[in-house]
Amino acid sequence: MRSTVKVGTSTCGLATGAEATFRALQEAVSETGLAVSTQRTGCLGACHREPLVEIVVDGAHVLYGPVTADRARPLLEGHFTLHGAPPPPEDWVVSRTPDRRDYAFFAPQVKVTTANCGVIDPLSLEDYLAAGGYEGLRRALAMSPEAVVAAVTDGRLRGRGGAGYPTGLKWKICRSQPDPLKYLVCNADEGDPGAFMDRTLIEGDPHRVLEGMIIAAHGIGARWGYAYVRAEYPLAVKHLEAAIAQARDAGYLGTDILGSGLDFDVIVKEGAGAFVCGEETALMHSIEGRRGTPRMRPPYPAASGLWGHPTNINNVESYASVPSIMTGGAEWFSSLGTSESGGTKTFALAGAIQRTGLVEVPIGVSLRQVIFDVGGGIRDGHSFKAVQIGGPSGGCLPECLLDTPVDYGPLRATGAIMGSGGMVVVDDTTCMVDLARYFLSFTQDESCGKCIPCRIGTRKMLGILTKITRGEGDTADLDRLQQVAHTIHTTSLCGLGQTAPNPVLTTLRYFRDEYAAHIHDRHCPAGTCTALR
Amino acid sequence: MPSAASGTTARPRKTVYLGDPLAEPPPPELLAILERHRGRGDVLVTVLQQIQAQYGYLPERSVRYASRELGIPLARLYGVATFYNQFRFTPPGRIQLQVCCGTACHVGGAPAIVERLKAHLQIAENQTTPDGIFTLQTVFCVGCCSLAPVVIASGAAHGRMTPGGAESLVRDLGAAEEGRP
Repeated sequence: MRSTVKVGTSTCGLATGAEATFRALQEAVSETGLAVSTQRTGCLGACHREPLVEIVVDGAHVLYGPVTADRARPLLEGHFTLHGAPPPPEDWVVSRTPDRRDYAFFAPQVKVTTANCGVIDPLSLEDYLAAGGYEGLRRALAMSPEAVVAAVTDGRLRGRGGAGYPTGLKWKICRSQPDPLKYLVCNADEGDPGAFMDRTLIEGDPHRVLEGMIIAAHGIGARWGYAYVRAEYPLAVKHLEAAIAQARDAGYLGTDILGSGLDFDVIVKEGAGAFVCGEETALMHSIEGRRGTPRMRPPYPAASGLWGHPTNINNVESYASVPSIMTGGAEWFSSLGTSESGGTKTFALAGAIQRTGLVEVPIGVSLRQVIFDVGGGIRDGHSFKAVQIGGPSGGCLPECLLDTPVDYGPLRATGAIMGSGGMVVVDDTTCMVDLARYFLSFTQDESCGKCIPCRIGTRKMLGILTKITRGEGDTADLDRLQQVAHTIHTTSLCGLGQTAPNPVLTTLRYFRDEYAAHIHDRHCPAGTCTALR
Repeated sequence: MPSAASGTTARPRKTVYLGDPLAEPPPPELLAILERHRGRGDVLVTVLQQIQAQYGYLPERSVRYASRELGIPLARLYGVATFYNQFRFTPPGRIQLQVCCGTACHVGGAPAIVERLKAHLQIAENQTTPDGIFTLQTVFCVGCCSLAPVVIASGAAHGRMTPGGAESLVRDLGAAEEGRP
């Protein structure tokens, strides 16, 4: 009999006390003399039931949560019926099947990039290999670089960072540059408030990201890779660095990788707390050790990037999708999504929702399916008001748009964007004007100050919004907002500025009555704005 | 005492100020950091991060040493150091409190938590209590949105916070800290 007790100890698990649970379980195991091994894993995504503990006995899986430290011992005794202990209460049980589809949160999900998160020990290369890891790399190395790029193109993988540029095309452009020295960058500067997909992926399955990068290096012909990880994610940095060291020892990084003649190595760079560094040209400046301010494009990084050499920049999730394209085939990958974009997308579900956490769904399912089928709808008997998608660059969508498919084109048509995957659901207790003001205060704070429309425009918009939330607004303010928004959108230097007005424009479009209530009735319908109570 | 009105006595101060860090070699712990990065182009941010990890902030002298030892103009170093939110120029408190103000935390009530902590500790954001125990900061998203609102104390995240819960957390941490040197 082989028994394993797995505890999810990602940042989200640790915040609910998973470390104490893990220690209590270890203690209970040694005291009871049970023949089980304890293991740390990443996050399964069901953050609303954390700390999560999965007990696997001879292939039979039971997932429990929340298991606080004081529940650890009764859980073990109950599960293994020691000393005639009663079985753990039914409301501790999340799922009883290996694929966890008997729990409504997992049933509609299709796990591709997050398949290993919460299942394997992220610090163990053996675990990753046992789960089929580095098989994609082996297959890719057996192919010509052109064939690798073609497979990614055929898989219709689009940039998961939010803009949705076809990844295969990006690789092809970079590959075709005559410069023999090319760089690869993994953008893990996940700055959008309300988004934690990259954190979960790197913390839970760092080797997959690395494998995607190595395959990309083969396809593009890159010699050096940088992983630019946000400073606020210390655990992700630790796990990625450990994975890199293991991969070097095992010959997946370094010179002559797996005897194929490919030379490639990865360096981790920690960000230093600047949202704008998620923008690709700013990110490159930061890696070069300069102020993280963006510059004009073109030249695009694929032509002239780090230190003037061709550089391919992709998001964590884009790289993490690549191994699956190699193992599953481009046809299978593209069949998961829509006719425009293939594969799956992870979303960070948060806010006033029953089941929060990290979810992965095929591209093309509706927002309603994500929020109500996976997320279980609104919590505490409140009603749905809006879903904020895409962070400070995205928008707030009302109930009538819930049947919009999650895909790059349709979401852009609503005024929001796909974004990196933050999805914050708000109920009737949230004021949309205050939410718009919040996002502007964020972009205003994070504006690098290089170009005037963004630096001064966001401040002007924030001023008007603050005035409205204080009950001092007038009708002309709405026109002014729209006018400034238009200027910022059309004249800003980088994506941060160009998309900064989106939260305001979408709330103006779909929740104009709330602005009107603040201005004409001096009343905040949600009761959030303290000055109007 | 030289009078402030006199131009001749005001001038030498500048010379002394500039010459000061060059007088002695850098302290060994700083030299060890700088030695690792000599002659490389992509290290500026990393060097500053390691200096801050060593001292908890960026002491002026150490930045001047870094400039001299690595041959990077001081203006460039300060340009970078002041650009990024991570760097601080004053010593932090022994316990760093970070209230997450990401979207999920904001709609979950983070502003009320910030206000309560400010009132309890009687300091503003980014300030340290006079006894040197607490530094209060707000951060945009620590990636624990599903547990919003989140408060981080000395690196440990506490989820599903309330203003009252945050205050008692700080009270407990303060009481535990008080006995220590």
